[in-house]
Amino acid sequence: MNNETNTIEEFAAQEYKYGFVTDIDADSVPPGLNEDVIRLISAKKQEPDWLLEWRLKSFRHWETMVEPHWQNIKYPPIDYQAIIYYSAPKQNSLLKDMSEVDPELLKTYDKLGIPLREQEWLAGVAVDAVFDSVSVATTFKEKLKELGIIFSSFSEAVREHPELVRKYLGSVVPSNDNYFAALNSAVFTDGSFCFIPPGVRCPMELSTYFRINAASTGQFERTLIVAEEGAQVSYLEGCTAPMRDKNQLHAAVVELVALDNAKIKYSTVQNWYPGDKEGRGGIYNFVTKRGKCAGVNSKISWTQVETGSAITWKYPSVLLIGDHSVGEFYSVAVVNNYQQADTGTKMIHIGKHTKSTIVSKGISAGHGQNSYRGLVEMKKNAVHARNFSQCDSLLLGDKCGAHTFPYIEVKNTSSKAEHEATTSKIGDDQIFYCKQRGLSAEDAVNLIVNGFCKEVFRELPMEFAVEAQKLLGVSLEGSVG
Amino acid sequence: MKNKNMNLLEIKNLHASVQGNEILRGINLTVKAGEVHAIMGPNGSGKSTLAGVLAGRDAYTVTQGEVFYNGQNLLEMLPEERARSGLFLAFQYPVEIPGVNNSYFLKEALNAIRTHKGLEKLDAIDFLALIKQKVKIVEMDESFLNRPVNEGFSGGEKKRNEIFHMAVLEPLLSILDETDSGLDIDALRTVADGVNKLRSQENAIVVVTHYQRLLNYIVPDVVHVMKDGRLVLSGGKELALELEDRGYDWVHEEAGQTV
Repeated sequence: MNNETNTIEEFAAQEYKYGFVTDIDADSVPPGLNEDVIRLISAKKQEPDWLLEWRLKSFRHWETMVEPHWQNIKYPPIDYQAIIYYSAPKQNSLLKDMSEVDPELLKTYDKLGIPLREQEWLAGVAVDAVFDSVSVATTFKEKLKELGIIFSSFSEAVREHPELVRKYLGSVVPSNDNYFAALNSAVFTDGSFCFIPPGVRCPMELSTYFRINAASTGQFERTLIVAEEGAQVSYLEGCTAPMRDKNQLHAAVVELVALDNAKIKYSTVQNWYPGDKEGRGGIYNFVTKRGKCAGVNSKISWTQVETGSAITWKYPSVLLIGDHSVGEFYSVAVVNNYQQADTGTKMIHIGKHTKSTIVSKGISAGHGQNSYRGLVEMKKNAVHARNFSQCDSLLLGDKCGAHTFPYIEVKNTSSKAEHEATTSKIGDDQIFYCKQRGLSAEDAVNLIVNGFCKEVFRELPMEFAVEAQKLLGVSLEGSVG
Repeated sequence: MKNKNMNLLEIKNLHASVQGNEILRGINLTVKAGEVHAIMGPNGSGKSTLAGVLAGRDAYTVTQGEVFYNGQNLLEMLPEERARSGLFLAFQYPVEIPGVNNSYFLKEALNAIRTHKGLEKLDAIDFLALIKQKVKIVEMDESFLNRPVNEGFSGGEKKRNEIFHMAVLEPLLSILDETDSGLDIDALRTVADGVNKLRSQENAIVVVTHYQRLLNYIVPDVVHVMKDGRLVLSGGKELALELEDRGYDWVHEEAGQTV
């Protein structure tokens, strides 16, 4: 086992690849949160009055709320007055094209493997890049516009399409929904906005790449995706942050709206800085994601690969309102070292003949703690609703934990919910079997873990699936033994 | 330089224990290229321990002795290095790896071995051509190629899959650990036929078995009897028949002799 232990140490010493800091002038507000800060953020973004009022209302509500602590995660108290709520790279706020983007920023995204110059990007993916609090670039906008698709930063959408934003903002996640959603509603800075008009099938993947750069800042982005009747869209989200020894808060809100026969596929590969081997630093990823299948036959599918963050706490959910609507949740959550995750989904069946599928794969290594928490609710009128849930946990080593908290509430007699759960350990015998065929211990673990996650990976768009597999390998390196 | 007279495996006074209990108590064995050796013995005599020690299973501690494989000090090699150098163990209990495609697994394995030999990796197309040919050796349905490694396989299918792995990886020294257990007579014949097709003047096979019946099909050059962690009797293929007739108890009296 000595040789294995050495490999573990080598890999554990490997650094987070995205941990660099970009040296760039930033325009920040002082740390702390009060109504003046919110007014300042709103003014900086030249927002209409209704939005400022909405923010202030959210903030006042947030002040009456208490931070929830029912989740199975532990962290020291967050000092909300120590956080910087707005930080933007200094640049001309209204860019006409990519050539106006600060070269330092372009370099940052190149380093991350996300080139923002359109001609260099893989054809077929449009990108919105969010750096700290603002969107710095959106590619392929013109091309999408020809189809009537709006894909822009949230701030731009507020300026250009206030009626759409106003109509849908908070329509899925109300500003008083929960503590972190209320905080986000008060201080959110940027994010992406997508609108797919009726009958249009978006010809390329839409993608937002989030990057936290400045120290002590929180990232509070807001994403809103609306697919009108018969529209279809696939959206990808990627995230990284520099290595810092202090925790940083990321409290985002994502709202999806699918009207009749519309389909939204939302994929996340979350690789925020997870903290170091001793659990110092890392991102608190406290996110509210919810989709509303408002129309008949609509479909919302969440796929997430969560490998980063010190703490991941989120439940991408679907409200199945339209009859025959479909909700899906495919998740891989990995915790290593001292990472913690409490994640899962809520499938709320309201319409008739609604269907949901939940496939959750939790992988725990090191001292990591991984919880699946899910709610499947079938309301009285949701006759003939169906759910299938599968929650599998894989343990590497004997210091980590896997927990499952499934809640099933069925309020009619014609609905059916199935729940399957397994917990397994990567066995020494499995690793030995692979070694006996010539594979190294790391390759063996990668192979076994990827096999375990297969059902989720195959839901990801091709290039992201490859990325996710590699990421998983890096996240778990050094966890054998 | 590999020829019939070369010692592929040389075990000298090998002692090994599990959690302080000595299981192997001085094994001596020499296997030359081109030979098939059978190691027979009652349950608990240490046959599978020997197979495990040779493959590098870390549950065992070698306390004494030496093992040379193809001129190298085997005990200093990692399990994966042994495998890449052509040592193959057909498992008594093949392990399931859910979600991992059997042919993908084998491709990774073969390419690890080829890289070790300084050969280029096989691409997907060449590899597919290779396995489609090899799968015939064990008369396995091609559908097994795309199923997860051993998952949902019957006992017999698992054993057949082991020999399929052996066919693809083309090892120098194969150790078949109770490959016959759990096989019905038809499956036994197929598996044995497969093994026979893989015999050559360059490679060697050590068959570990409790029963003689496998040796009707895979005819050994030498048969060894193992008792209490030692090889107590060695002889030709007829020794296996005698063991079948008389059981293992009489070996006591004969111990130490070579027939």
